Amino acid sequence: MRKIFNRQRARSFGLIVLFFVGWEVACLVSGMSDLILPRPSQVFTTMFQRMPILWPHILQTLMTTMIGFALGVALGVVLGAVIGVSRTAYETAYPLLIGFSSIPKVAVVPIFVLWFGSGTVPAVLTALSICFFPIVVNIATGLATTEPELEDVLKALGASKLDILWNVGLPRTMPFFFASLKVAVTYAFVGTVLSETVASNRGIGNVMMTASSNFNVPMVFAGLFILAGMGVALYVVFSLIESRVTGWANRKNDFAAA
Amino acid sequence: MIASMAPSAVLPAGDLMEPLAGRTVPAVELSKVSVTFGQAGDSVAALAETNLRIHEGEFLALVGPSGCGKSTILRLVGGLIQPTEGVVILGGREVAARALRIGMAFQNPTMLPWLTIEQNIMLPLKIVEPFRSQFRKEKRGAFRDKAHDLLAQVGLKGFAGKFPWQLSGGMLQRANLCRALIHEPRMLMLDEPFGALDQFTREELWAIMQKMWLAHRPTVLLVTHDLREAAFLGTRICVMSARPGRIVDDAPVPFARPRTIAMTFEPDFVALNQRLRSLIVEARGGATASEDPP
Repeated sequence: MRKIFNRQRARSFGLIVLFFVGWEVACLVSGMSDLILPRPSQVFTTMFQRMPILWPHILQTLMTTMIGFALGVALGVVLGAVIGVSRTAYETAYPLLIGFSSIPKVAVVPIFVLWFGSGTVPAVLTALSICFFPIVVNIATGLATTEPELEDVLKALGASKLDILWNVGLPRTMPFFFASLKVAVTYAFVGTVLSETVASNRGIGNVMMTASSNFNVPMVFAGLFILAGMGVALYVVFSLIESRVTGWANRKNDFAAA
Repeated sequence: MIASMAPSAVLPAGDLMEPLAGRTVPAVELSKVSVTFGQAGDSVAALAETNLRIHEGEFLALVGPSGCGKSTILRLVGGLIQPTEGVVILGGREVAARALRIGMAFQNPTMLPWLTIEQNIMLPLKIVEPFRSQFRKEKRGAFRDKAHDLLAQVGLKGFAGKFPWQLSGGMLQRANLCRALIHEPRMLMLDEPFGALDQFTREELWAIMQKMWLAHRPTVLLVTHDLREAAFLGTRICVMSARPGRIVDDAPVPFARPRTIAMTFEPDFVALNQRLRSLIVEARGGATASEDPP
């Protein structure tokens, strides 16, 4: 089991290396201008050389994303619990939620900017509005699909609704919740960067916009790499927490390599 | 008549039984209870004007053709559903009042998959008073010892820390019995708890069940398809008709305790089984004749 798991991890790592090497070689062979597609080696060099300048922007984007994500989780859990507990609420609220979630979030950013000015606040709100939806849906679905047999065990003991929610509904929903967290945290990044590119003078999104208007293409790609790296790192963090908390739902298989 | 003689015949005070105020009050009483499922126009009558009394310390086995409303009675007594008409009285009060501590076990062991066996078994202690208020303090002390003690009694020593999916069906059902018993219920509701097991495991669990009943003397309502099981465990057997269910036969089981598996092959026992069987065939026959004419 362990061996297969490591081999799997080696394969994933190999593919990533192969991707960058292939890119590098393709650029060298075709003589591609770095104004169009810089080589990965140039991107990484730029990234490390300009790190002192990039660092505050990285922190800004990370902080904005985490605040938006935390608020999104709080809102998502409460809303999901309210909707999931009652079938009527679930069916009543669902169309509205779908409607809200299908609005392209780029279209919302100008409204936030109008209300709160440019900067951190609209970025936090965009991150929130883009990441809370998968959490609501997963919590609500987890609660709504709890097997009545499991609830009967507690009902027969005279447990209150709150007891049942606490001892059956919520634990049963945890795998759904963590699955949604992994998705939501990457969504939150999208929201933050989206807002930063439109209306902010700080953050990786803004760095990329500025760099692209100066034709500093390696810098644009450096921003992209940083975003991908942060996204993967947060995904891994939540995967690890997930496998700790909801190992019961995965049973035999070791947790999937992130 | 039978109902009134049963309790005096089987009621030495068990160590877990609280003294009764009046012995004439039955532990459970259903009077003119009807249950209808579904909306008007598309409804199914599961139970029609059923009367049933279960006395303190009795082990009542309820048998009948499938779909006759046996489980409905059990769920009524357990407070999981409400009667459409009539009243269900437990220990002199209506079910909703929750006067009695009830333990329940279903055919499906329904262990919560995120808890270990030990935590699953301790679940009733987390919910039911007076254990509830001590749960934090005792969950690693007295309560855990109690869970381990019960597990040892059903032959699951050493499985306390395992998760449900690591156990076989028979083992889960043993754990299920432990969970139904841990809060020392005065009423035990068993809905075909041995139904999905192989015959040998089933017989072994009958013996364990009998031993526990003899030790604690809770009032038990057992719903089962298995006539041997009913006659082996019950102090009294009620036979139900096809849907909508009514009780068509009610008779005590005369065999001495502790009963053994060997006894189930003796002529008296076989005769009782055959009598029950013919009653159920009769009840079913009525139903099938009306459903598909020859």
